[in-house]
Amino acid sequence: MRAMERAEVDQRIRALIEPFNKKGVEIFEATTFAGDLEFDSLTVMDFVAAIEDEFDIIISMNQQAEIETWGQLIDAVCKLADD
Amino acid sequence: MSEGISQPDAPVALEATESGDLFSKFDPLIKQRSDLLASGVEDPFNLVMEKVLSPTRAVCNGRDTILLGTYNYMGMTFDPDVIQAGKDALDNYGSGTTGSRVLNGTYQGHKECEEALKEFYAMDHAMVFSTGYQANLGIISTIAGKGDYIVLDIDSHASIWDGCSLGNAEIVPFRHNDIEALEKRLKRIPEGAGKLVVLEGVYSMLGDIAPLKEMIAVSKAHGAMVLVDEAHSMGFIGPNGRGVAEDQGCLDDVDFVIGTFSKSVGTVGGFCVSNHPKFEIMRLVCRPYVFTASLPPSVVATAATSIRKLMHGGNKRAHLWENSKTLHGGLTKLGFTLGTTEPQSAIVAVIMPDLQRGAAMWEALLKEGLYVNLARPPATPANMTLLRCSLCAEHSAEEVETILGMFERAGKAVGII
Repeated sequence: MRAMERAEVDQRIRALIEPFNKKGVEIFEATTFAGDLEFDSLTVMDFVAAIEDEFDIIISMNQQAEIETWGQLIDAVCKLADD
Repeated sequence: MSEGISQPDAPVALEATESGDLFSKFDPLIKQRSDLLASGVEDPFNLVMEKVLSPTRAVCNGRDTILLGTYNYMGMTFDPDVIQAGKDALDNYGSGTTGSRVLNGTYQGHKECEEALKEFYAMDHAMVFSTGYQANLGIISTIAGKGDYIVLDIDSHASIWDGCSLGNAEIVPFRHNDIEALEKRLKRIPEGAGKLVVLEGVYSMLGDIAPLKEMIAVSKAHGAMVLVDEAHSMGFIGPNGRGVAEDQGCLDDVDFVIGTFSKSVGTVGGFCVSNHPKFEIMRLVCRPYVFTASLPPSVVATAATSIRKLMHGGNKRAHLWENSKTLHGGLTKLGFTLGTTEPQSAIVAVIMPDLQRGAAMWEALLKEGLYVNLARPPATPANMTLLRCSLCAEHSAEEVETILGMFERAGKAVGII
């Protein structure tokens, strides 16, 4: 896979998160999924599945445990999509 | 997933608080519980059975009660042969082994119990654990190591999730019973990595079964090993009671079957059966097997006797199916919403509109003289409140009609139907 621009990954995931961001919370680098977005475990699973399908990657629960903020998610997907 | 419990099956890390009291993290749960009890409802998680009269009757909180939430599917707990075997073992071998299976804790009875399991499943190897929970904990955490992948259904039982947590493999869940979601994940696992797919025959929350045939075929096509937990199907589902995989004709493709003695077998304990040629090494490397005391001689004696009797339980299986169909059909007719549109197992889950009315309905049934399991968020899929009924082969046809009458009166009193 070609090296993906961080901005492009950010933009594609922003489109994916829309249906899950029911309260329309504004998203910054430091926005947290559990706190700011109030994602429960089922929402996390569906959101992660959407990202996995979009980029054809796997984000294991072990890797998810390291991801708390939007910025960390974008960094992780950039890295996984490049591998 | 597990019933009645106030936490989800997949473990959740609670945040530390600054008060210094390590119990502060439980404050929200303590409050939720006291609020529910303050509303006057009988405590659903503090029921005491003062007397047990039979597999289907007990005195609970002072009332004569029909048991419809015990997983005692085949009603073996009061079988005279089973009880006699237990008494004999107590007399001949004492009350406990006081030791690990790999030290001084393997008695003749443990070997006979494993022989009974090998015969029951027609498999080469059987390993008995002290509980079903430990069987999943031990096998899953031991066979999937660092760099391996475990792909599991999101609605898996707590013992499966905890087996994942105890080990070092990469954990990848997929949407419940979704064959395509499973396949997509298997495809994306890096080449060369070890893969274990973990499935259940019957999912105990809604009583639905898994499409094992398709899921196992997909798993095998991608080079994965397959573990199936048949806790809620053993003894009942399949021509020989071996479970959903047997019923769907794919048991030969299952690498590891996990089961329990605390449901159809009617005592306590867990097991794994397998045809893997190197399976016996598990006894030395599986920590939840090695570092705990083995089951008491009376328990393995009752288990072995019960398992052998279950091999010939065809008539009981047929009657249990009748009970399941009658209850499912009757509740549907009364206007209740159920977890499955057709009866798929011996579990019938009644979906409640909310926790408040679910708890009220549970209490109304208890006062009618009926015990069912109350299952509530966050232990339930999609945060549902469920009244879970598990039928027994010893429930008579008349008892099932009595149960339907109790549901009708309680449902109308609480305003659910």
